[in-house]
Amino acid sequence: MTIRFGNLRPKKGNIHINKERCKGCGFCVEFCPRDVLELSEEFNKKGYHPPRVVKADECIYCQLCEAICPEFAIFVTLKKEEEKGEESESRP
Amino acid sequence: MSREELAEEKNPMEDFLRMDRIPHIWCPGCGIGTVVTSFADALKKSELDLDKVAVVSGIGCTGRVAGYVKFDSFHTTHGRAIPFATGLKLANPELKVVVFSGDGDIVGIGGNHLIHAARRNMDIVVICVNNFNYAMTGGQVAATSPMGANLSTAPYGNFEYPFNLPYLVETCGATYVARWTSLHIRRVTKSIQEALAKRGFSFIEVITPCVTLYARRNRLGDGLNLLKYYYDQSEIQHGADTRTVGIDYQGKLIVGKFVDKEKPTFLDGMNTHLQKVLGEKYVPYGVKP
Ligand SMILES: Cc1ncc(C[n+]2csc(CCOP(=O)(O)OP(=O)(O)O)c2C)c(N)n1
Ligand code: SF4
Ligand code: SF4
Ligand code: SF4
Ligand SMILES: [Mg+2]
Repeated sequence: MTIRFGNLRPKKGNIHINKERCKGCGFCVEFCPRDVLELSEEFNKKGYHPPRVVKADECIYCQLCEAICPEFAIFVTLKKEEEKGEESESRP
Repeated sequence: MSREELAEEKNPMEDFLRMDRIPHIWCPGCGIGTVVTSFADALKKSELDLDKVAVVSGIGCTGRVAGYVKFDSFHTTHGRAIPFATGLKLANPELKVVVFSGDGDIVGIGGNHLIHAARRNMDIVVICVNNFNYAMTGGQVAATSPMGANLSTAPYGNFEYPFNLPYLVETCGATYVARWTSLHIRRVTKSIQEALAKRGFSFIEVITPCVTLYARRNRLGDGLNLLKYYYDQSEIQHGADTRTVGIDYQGKLIVGKFVDKEKPTFLDGMNTHLQKVLGEKYVPYGVKP
């Protein structure tokens, strides 16, 4: 059962990864509260393993990955259908 | 691709960075980049006029920040970020002046400037990234290196007493003092926001992993290990007596907002004094009409 408070609904995010800018530190993967990301096997041009999205639907648009990335290589936008909901920020 | 989709592809940080200089020089797993995002976030939330914000750094890995952020910024010589910022603030009191630099730069070679800016309650914000060493030049002992830590100039371990930064700046007169680790993202942002909103000398110490030198020499793992370790070692004690917040090697880290008080700034003091002495003929300086 999903508990709702007023018209607040869980938010969903679209994750954007700039693979070439990533240095594979793993911060985003480690600290995502929903285990949405994992480091891929693939190499980028610099030889690092960028993250990839494994559970896209689990993303709650908390933007922690965006805030923690030391390379400014990942960010999240609010999924369109949710945009009418109330604005809130839930960074740690 | 529609216009909207294109706009979505841009990382919001790109508005705050000189993108022609990115990727930056920082090592994979270095924490400095995260602190830059917290800073940008604080500026966004502060709703300050960004044309009236100036960022000043000295030399070091952290010192590169002035070169990466898209504000009026200046990359000064080693240790001289605070005197440069002081001049900037006094010449143009409308500016919000932020010093963003490393522990070696601010507290080592620039230590004298730090204590005097705090003593005079100069109206600037200082963000000091403390990675416990002179990172850029190869991991030498800094004034913040904990006793027992291994550094390139202390191959048998450091035996010098380190500075306790919050205590140092509070004693000298700072009106806002906080310490966090770089993983306390929202708290770093909030502290910077509070400091930006405040008049007077504000000092925010951010304990940040240096993976390539400090972590490697001390076999502390990678950036992720160190980031987590610092966070786990942290204990939040707002208002803690700063005499008690010294840092031992791999020991407990007392973090929080330690000082937040009001006191006339350097310019307040100058105006009050000269008005008293010179009376009507003195025109107060740097006061909004
Ligand atoms: C006058 C002068 N002395 C010494 C140096 C060499 N130097 C460059 S960076 C640095 C230390 C920087 O340490 P810190 O401020 O802690 O920055 P970090 O690299 O750790 O972020 C030193 C000693 C210099 N550039 N100029
Ligand atoms: S926004 Fe939050 S939930 Fe979504 S991927 Fe990033 S850290 Fe995970
Ligand atoms: S935090 Fe950034 S640099 Fe680190 S792995 Fe994730 S996307 Fe790459
Ligand atoms: S040497 Fe240390 S402080 Fe400098 S960029 Fe590398 S990890 Fe960061
Ligand atoms: Mg340093």
